[in-house]
Amino acid sequence: MSDTDRELRVSKIRSGTVIDHIAGGQALNVLALLGIDGSEGEAVSVAMNVPSGRMGHKDVVKVESRELSQDELDVLALIAPDATINIIRDYEVVEKTRVDRPERVEGVLECPNRACISRTDEPVASKFEVLDEGVRCEYCGTIVRDDIAAHIRST
Amino acid sequence: MRRQLITTKGLSRGEIEAVLDHAADIAADPAAFRDNHEGALLGLLFYEPSTRTRMSFETAIKRLGGDAVDMGSVESSSAAKGETLADTARVVEGYVDAIVLRHPKEGAAAMVGEFVDVPLINAGDGAGQHPTQTLLDLYTIRENAGLEDLTVGIMGDLKYGRTVHSLAHALTNFDATTHFISPESLRLPAGVRYDLTESGAAVEEHTSLEPVLSDLDVLYVTRIQRERFPDEDEYRAVAGQYRIDAETLEAAPDDLTVMHPLPRVDEIAADVDQTSHAKYFEQAHNGVPVRMALLDRMLEPGPEAHNHPLSEYKP
Repeated sequence: MSDTDRELRVSKIRSGTVIDHIAGGQALNVLALLGIDGSEGEAVSVAMNVPSGRMGHKDVVKVESRELSQDELDVLALIAPDATINIIRDYEVVEKTRVDRPERVEGVLECPNRACISRTDEPVASKFEVLDEGVRCEYCGTIVRDDIAAHIRST
Repeated sequence: MRRQLITTKGLSRGEIEAVLDHAADIAADPAAFRDNHEGALLGLLFYEPSTRTRMSFETAIKRLGGDAVDMGSVESSSAAKGETLADTARVVEGYVDAIVLRHPKEGAAAMVGEFVDVPLINAGDGAGQHPTQTLLDLYTIRENAGLEDLTVGIMGDLKYGRTVHSLAHALTNFDATTHFISPESLRLPAGVRYDLTESGAAVEEHTSLEPVLSDLDVLYVTRIQRERFPDEDEYRAVAGQYRIDAETLEAAPDDLTVMHPLPRVDEIAADVDQTSHAKYFEQAHNGVPVRMALLDRMLEPGPEAHNHPLSEYKP
């Protein structure tokens, strides 16, 4: 048995998406962000805090039969800026991309300011400008610097 | 001229001075402007109590030959039936030539700006911004202290004070040093501090007026509200440190201008009213010419105004 086999913790998927190089401990936030909870029967594999040459420790998420939209990639970039996205078809990586930090994200985060108009019943989505460090509500100006994942809207 | 005034962030010195110059022209000869906007109708959407802002907007539009309509109290309006602000604004947009909005939620005016095409003025959005107050504040500062080589102290509730946020942003356009004086718990919000720093301003924060008082040209006092504190004792202890009276001002420069957006409770003692420092009533009066100047400019029909279905409407 080779080292690779002994280290292999998560099986390969036939088709779908592998999100690699997620910061250690963020995998469950990534799944929450993507609204993936296994309830639709899709196969989901999660590896957390596995050794990584580049990152020390990293998380990996594999989702069968699911490819990510640009909106999803944008928000993913905020909580997993080093993530690589591998699109798998027939066990082969057909596309490998890095996430790009977006200029703004809409509808995904909730403003922590309870007095913000975006927290009411008004017909608007939340809008955040992406700063060098953190994000900023475009309505009330509140800045979120730490733990952006904690502000993902519950769906 | 822009068709929306939502915040003072991004207002240029040139835009500000154009309004102040126009306000000075109007103040010098108000009668010359009384027919400028005959028939114009201003929609006042006030979801929060207001005396000065509301009355001075109404006065301003009437002195320009126009008129104002409002929705009455929030309790008697469709908001009480659960109508969204976005819907109300889109309805009222069809009735009037411009909307003035005051709302308790931060960002309310920015949101309405996404839904309406008529000129829109933010007259206060919760603890957010109050840009027209800033224009009349700057007008008052210019009249009394000038806007060059200026040192301003802003004291009181800097966290929730919307007039403070708007004024602080606007002052970054001028050659001004600003000292922020407040209790630790009521310091400027991180978002405002971020913008001030981004625009290159030094944010000088203090917990006491005393060390900076003798340097100031202008002292801008705001009210510290009871509801910002967990209990009455703490409120009294803290608020008491940010009160001024005639005795406090003995250490101030002779030409110090003391301002307050009003209403005041007791943060400026009545004995200050008799001193030459007191400019807060003059400041409140300046609300009319400054809002006349702003409305006069914003109601100038831009290219898009001609598409407004009611601009040709004559009963």
